[in-house]
Amino acid sequence: MPKDNSIKSVLIIGSGPIIIGQACEFDYSGSQAARSLREEGIKVILINSNPATIMTDPMMADKVYLLPLTVESIEQILEENDIDSVLPTMGGQTALNLCKEADELGVWKKYNVRLIGVDVAAIDTAEDRDKFRQLMFKIGVKVAPSHVANSFLEGKEYAQEIGFPLVIRPSFTLGGTGGGFVHKKEELDEALQRGLKASPIHEVLVEKAVLGWKEYELELLRDQNDNVVIICTVENLDPMGIHTGDSITVAPAMTLSDKAFQDMRNQAMLMMRSLGNFAGGCNVQFALNPETEELIAVEINPRVSRSSALASKATGYPIAKIAAKLAIGYSLDELKNQITKTTSAYFEPALDYVIVKVPRWNFDKFKGSNDTLGLQMKSVGEVMAIGRSFTEAIQKACQSLENEAVGLGYYGKSMMKSEDLIEYIKVPKWDRIFRIKDALMQGVTVKTIVQATGIDRWFIYQIQEICRIEKEISHHSLENLPAELLKEAKKHGFSDEQIARILHSNTTEDEVYERRKSLGITRVYKMVDTCSAEFEAKTPYFYSSFEN
Amino acid sequence: MPNSNQPAILVLQDGHVFYGKAFGKIGTTTGEICFNTGMTGYQEVFTDPSYYGQVLIMNNVHVGNYGINAEDLESETVKIRGLIGRNLEDKYSRYKATDSMDNYLKANNIVGIEDIDTRALVAHIRTKGAMNCIISSDILDVDKLKAQLAEVPDMDGLELASVVSTDKEYELGDPSAPLKIAVLDFGVKKNILTCLAERGAHVRVHPAKTPLSRLKEFNPDGYFISNGPGDPAAMPYAVETLKEILEEKKPIFGICLGHQLLALANGIPTFKMHHGHRGLNHPVKNIISGRCEITTQNHGFGVLPEAVKHHDNIEVTHVNLNDESIEGIRLKDRPAFSVQYHPESTPGPFDSRYLFDEFIEMMKAN
Repeated sequence: MPKDNSIKSVLIIGSGPIIIGQACEFDYSGSQAARSLREEGIKVILINSNPATIMTDPMMADKVYLLPLTVESIEQILEENDIDSVLPTMGGQTALNLCKEADELGVWKKYNVRLIGVDVAAIDTAEDRDKFRQLMFKIGVKVAPSHVANSFLEGKEYAQEIGFPLVIRPSFTLGGTGGGFVHKKEELDEALQRGLKASPIHEVLVEKAVLGWKEYELELLRDQNDNVVIICTVENLDPMGIHTGDSITVAPAMTLSDKAFQDMRNQAMLMMRSLGNFAGGCNVQFALNPETEELIAVEINPRVSRSSALASKATGYPIAKIAAKLAIGYSLDELKNQITKTTSAYFEPALDYVIVKVPRWNFDKFKGSNDTLGLQMKSVGEVMAIGRSFTEAIQKACQSLENEAVGLGYYGKSMMKSEDLIEYIKVPKWDRIFRIKDALMQGVTVKTIVQATGIDRWFIYQIQEICRIEKEISHHSLENLPAELLKEAKKHGFSDEQIARILHSNTTEDEVYERRKSLGITRVYKMVDTCSAEFEAKTPYFYSSFEN
Repeated sequence: MPNSNQPAILVLQDGHVFYGKAFGKIGTTTGEICFNTGMTGYQEVFTDPSYYGQVLIMNNVHVGNYGINAEDLESETVKIRGLIGRNLEDKYSRYKATDSMDNYLKANNIVGIEDIDTRALVAHIRTKGAMNCIISSDILDVDKLKAQLAEVPDMDGLELASVVSTDKEYELGDPSAPLKIAVLDFGVKKNILTCLAERGAHVRVHPAKTPLSRLKEFNPDGYFISNGPGDPAAMPYAVETLKEILEEKKPIFGICLGHQLLALANGIPTFKMHHGHRGLNHPVKNIISGRCEITTQNHGFGVLPEAVKHHDNIEVTHVNLNDESIEGIRLKDRPAFSVQYHPESTPGPFDSRYLFDEFIEMMKAN
């Protein structure tokens, strides 16, 4: 289906102030969408209350409104401009909620504006926990046993029915605000009250907790012809129970068999296709039982999300840009892959590298705050690293955190004893990954760590490999450090500074750099090209690595 | 990460040499080099008979992560001739797994090499095209390897289907099922047979060189022409059988090599591709329905597009959205159709499973 030429002027709703769970990702998607629509000759009018964004630069849209994100502002804009369509899928949950509110007040109808990309029914189904559950039941997709509660008493009753541990999930909130785990009865009252208060419609879902299950996210695109592609599969290193925004995540999925992945793909496509009128980007989350590989759908977001910004960078596939084109009527097979320029946009990116995202928290600035991670997102930013192995990528990510870490391989000496470390890592906190490494350095077994954290053992094996290399390096001085070992360390993401610190005896980063340069151990640069080098790429970006 | 640090060497036909570490069996292997961009399903790929004779590069940087098991097989043994990867893993994690990839390759006598800059290697093959190669972890003398590599026959003109075909006939599915399908096995993937049987068909699988007279004794309602390795142009026996089958005017469905054979039986030539299509993400458009499919592909030969387009009795049903190559055809005057890609997937998306339903419907209508 080609472009709908009746769309001449589009309103894009931004995501407002930067808060935890909703940051520059939506600035990125809004800017991409504005650009994508304007290159089709469509007039773009933009509203956002946050002036500290790229999208509100005067050159990004034909007209920019720096107004509060309210229905009044929307009316004012519609009054002053001849707008025929609104694209609400680029500004996160804030934009969707505003769009829904305006719809309920009949604003869109009054000004003869139509929603593109998504309709209100789809927004409702995805956000209303009860409607979502009913739809899943109808299409045969499993969800965790749960009940929707609109009052404190109702919530208590359902909690007794479902049993502990359970999860309280407020409806229509962002970044899991107000949500949380309830491990025992004594914690229930407070959690229920908080959840109900956080929900704009005073509604929570009381849900059975699937603790220890593995968590995955799929980023999808769907066009008006019902073509669906999976752009990226993201595996959470941390199991269910930690908000995705607070989880260390990895792409592509590392521990997923094809059977399990195809099951996930099929269910995600079924969910997306059953969501009603929808053209654009979508995010689906699943929990997977590691023993049986049984799946549970956690949620679906019919919009460009925080994860789709990551997925775009991780794969090279510009999700927001393409999603905007799909919203104005194009089908995927009519568009070109923006990286190769010659192949089709209807395809699924193949990666020949590993992406690791590590969140960045600022607990040191909020003394006394609860630093245990859970369903409510607490990180204020994140780093994304690319490597030719998981070990390289995670070390690069740790080096980029702008804390004292110079890699996962070195972050001070742990003062804790093994037994204390094992206890410590049972509770997810910001430094868990570093303490896991400390425990491995002290000889704690992979099995013990897996039992304590619920993290898939494959990742722990990989961290163990980092420990092995670190230990080997520590037996040497720079002069007698074997070239092969130095090269291996670089391939596993050790920074020069990190190696210098492991070598002790006042070795400096510069000395390590000079040594490896003299040995010819230098960086190579690889492309992020969407296609694992199968096709020549025209507008790629690069990452560095070390190769034989 | 292999458990040994034994060195290994990869030498390409054009003289390029890559150094890495041994994985799997210690030894030497040869074959035509190819790459697969899929990110899941390595065990299914290794056991896919269409890979017979190929040395496989896995573009995905970690392979072996979830071990191997007894379920994810497309045939009983490993069919690739060698394996090349960046990080081939012997440590794995999956409840259903029974062993590591390293042990599995050793048990199947497969020589592998890891710690290779696979991205540089794939870019090289993409530019220079498919060629033969040799991997060794027991001969580390490049000149010796080059000499041995020179002896390896070219894939162009090589008949391999009869090597991987079954020696004996066997049956699947419910013997009292209303539909009977005769399968000509040129290296059929297990899941193709499952897809046919689970749709309520009784299936009998026949060796590659079975004559029509024997196939007819099964009294089939339709014929299935399987996938398989090698050059279809080197299989005049199969083309002859297929020509006879066409005269039966019963439904015919061909996949991959079966698609190429259906083309050849109608006078359309095949050709050796520059470096083939192998992966789980190839975009195909069904031009009859307008719907698109993400497909699993594994082929180094194709049917000549010009010849298809000028043929009076053949209609193009599917095209590749990347390079516009022919992905599916059907005959105008009888119920026969075929696709270049793998609707049974394993590994890969389920987007194209409807083709099996169409085949079943075709037999019911006939």
